[in-house]
Amino acid sequence: MLKIEHLKAAIEDKQILKGINLEIKPGEVHAIMGPNGSGKSTLASVLAGRDYYEVTGGSVSFEGKNLLEMSPEERAREGVFLAFQYPVEIPGVSTTNFIKTAVNEIRKHRGIEPLDAVGFLKMMKEKMKVVNIDQSLLSRSMNEGFSGGEKKRNEIFQMAMLEPKLAILDETDSGLDIDALRIVANGVNTYRNAGNAFLIVTHYQRLLDYIVPDFVHVLYNGRIVKSGTKELAKELEEKGYDFIRNEFAETEEA
Amino acid sequence: MQEENEDILEQITTADYKYGFVTDIEADAAPKGLSEDIVRFISAKKNEPEWLLSWRLKAYRHWLTLKEPTWPNVHYPTINYQDIIYYSAPKQKIAPNSLDEIDPELRDTFEKLGISLNEQKRLSGIAVDAVMDSVSVATTFKGELSKMGIIFCSMSEAVLEHPELIKKYLGSVIPMTDNYFTALNSAVFTDGSFCYIPAGTRCPMELSTYFRINAANTGQFERTLIVAEAGSYVSYLEGCTAPMRDENQLHAAVVEIVAQEKAEVKYSTVQNWYPGDKEGKGGIYNFVTKRGICAGDHSKISWTQVETGSAITWKYPSVILKGDFSIGEFYSVAVTNNYQQADTGTKMIHIGKNTRSRIVSKGISAGKSQNSYRGLVNVGRKATNSRNFSQCDSLLLGDKCGAHTFPYIEVKNKSSMVEHEATTSKIGEDQIFYCNQRGIDTESAVAMIINGFAKEVMNQLPMEFAVEAQKLLAISLEGSVG
Repeated sequence: MLKIEHLKAAIEDKQILKGINLEIKPGEVHAIMGPNGSGKSTLASVLAGRDYYEVTGGSVSFEGKNLLEMSPEERAREGVFLAFQYPVEIPGVSTTNFIKTAVNEIRKHRGIEPLDAVGFLKMMKEKMKVVNIDQSLLSRSMNEGFSGGEKKRNEIFQMAMLEPKLAILDETDSGLDIDALRIVANGVNTYRNAGNAFLIVTHYQRLLDYIVPDFVHVLYNGRIVKSGTKELAKELEEKGYDFIRNEFAETEEA
Repeated sequence: MQEENEDILEQITTADYKYGFVTDIEADAAPKGLSEDIVRFISAKKNEPEWLLSWRLKAYRHWLTLKEPTWPNVHYPTINYQDIIYYSAPKQKIAPNSLDEIDPELRDTFEKLGISLNEQKRLSGIAVDAVMDSVSVATTFKGELSKMGIIFCSMSEAVLEHPELIKKYLGSVIPMTDNYFTALNSAVFTDGSFCYIPAGTRCPMELSTYFRINAANTGQFERTLIVAEAGSYVSYLEGCTAPMRDENQLHAAVVEIVAQEKAEVKYSTVQNWYPGDKEGKGGIYNFVTKRGICAGDHSKISWTQVETGSAITWKYPSVILKGDFSIGEFYSVAVTNNYQQADTGTKMIHIGKNTRSRIVSKGISAGKSQNSYRGLVNVGRKATNSRNFSQCDSLLLGDKCGAHTFPYIEVKNKSSMVEHEATTSKIGEDQIFYCNQRGIDTESAVAMIINGFAKEVMNQLPMEFAVEAQKLLAISLEGSVG
């Protein structure tokens, strides 16, 4: 589904991603872990098409198409979803209205009739249960005055509504208490199936107790330096990131 | 991606000013310049009674003693008042006795602007007075309205047909000596609308006036007067457009509203005069004085304005709250883009007891424009237990524009309460990207964010115009977001 080859990206001449290789197949859940500043969020942003990162090399294909040539909205319509680490507030635009616009843009792209108010409400009611989100929250302005947990639940709710092929979760667990973490994980697990895939960016192992990944990759200094199964996450948790730093110190540029 | 976003925004604006066409019609015009002779010429053209001519001349002589105000936060080259044509009327081949006889050229012009002068074609129950340059070309539904005692006609007609009402109310809210532009307007006003709603009558349809500037080098000086007798209600809407021209054109209007006891007047404006091009060339100078008086107890006047056009906007629709328990409201969205400048706001003058006012102002600045809110809340000594709430929000697109807020508050008694809130925010690239990532393109994202910002005001507009006004907001904004 997603094939990343030798991907390099920079911000203002500072090289952040230095050659990422990663392949994700349908039905797989990949976790990207790594210390702060290793390039995890940059990878998520580059895949979503954030323009202040400059792609300086490599390629990314998504379902056989060149992802890097697409605008952010095209990527979204093709089925790439990013759950933001810091979801933005949009005053005056109701959450329901925002999501309805997004759902119908994506349906239009897929050649499906737009949902009318009744159809949309029905769909919303079903998905609301999964992330334990309240109707009153959805009638408020998009993310305005939402708590940290509410914002993250709203991200997962949008994911459930937009039904992406590839969902990238950028540190969705940060700032969540254990209950909120469970709700978010439950949303992901409910939506997880053989046809879609996840790329979960996280600093901590604890999210992976709830969303069990098929593969774990350690990103360090702009490269994937280690790949393994969920056991690798446990090892990182026990030893801390220092062992990665020590082991791969020599790969840092002199 | 940045480039692409800019492309999209480029497209929004190269969709360009939709109403910039010129109607090729012969005009009956006064020579350029302003003098007592021109004032007499206008008065004679309109077959006005002697009292009105003296009124005009008095205003003209007063105007000569005044200096153009320089306190607004706007900058423009000195206006040469001798270089303006003060009267220009499209020539109709025959004097139309009914709507069917209107010159097809004029009818087409208004059709193109989305204004049907055909009563059969009405969709939403709106009566229209259509004004081009210095004259009203048609007023629809006059007959139907008159059955209820409602007078809705052009100002020129009202002067001849209802002189007692005009004599009583013209200049009663805004004295001709009020300011530089009211003195000028009082001297040379050409047309506009007159609405009179008799006591206890609820006007069954929206009344509206559509102002069109067509002729070059011509100023438009219209005068609108609305009188709502005790217990009556009317909702009035005003729209305006002008052709694209390189030179600036002056529009100096006066609008007066009188609301008697328990009467309610809702006045909405969608102002879309030609704003000038992207380099700031051309556009309308919109210097307007609008004021209503809540003369009777429990009366209410509500101004709603969506200001997207004009090179320069200078206007402060105000309410004098004279009657006890009267209510004044001002809801405004002002959008400036490119080199547009707006200095707009309101004055709420509390005189009666237990009076209330509410101000909601939303300023949106883009490009290299400057957008100022200027407002006065004045609560008099006798206006006990009065309340005001003001909310002034500014939204910036890009980093080359400016937003300014000048609130003035004067309270002279201890039982009243005045609240003022203000915010300034910027449409962030983060917001746009967030929308993009949900499959929403930049064009729709900007429209969505703007409309969210302006929602509280847009909700005040009559339904028929809300959708049109929303589109207008999106179109008025250009590529400062990328």
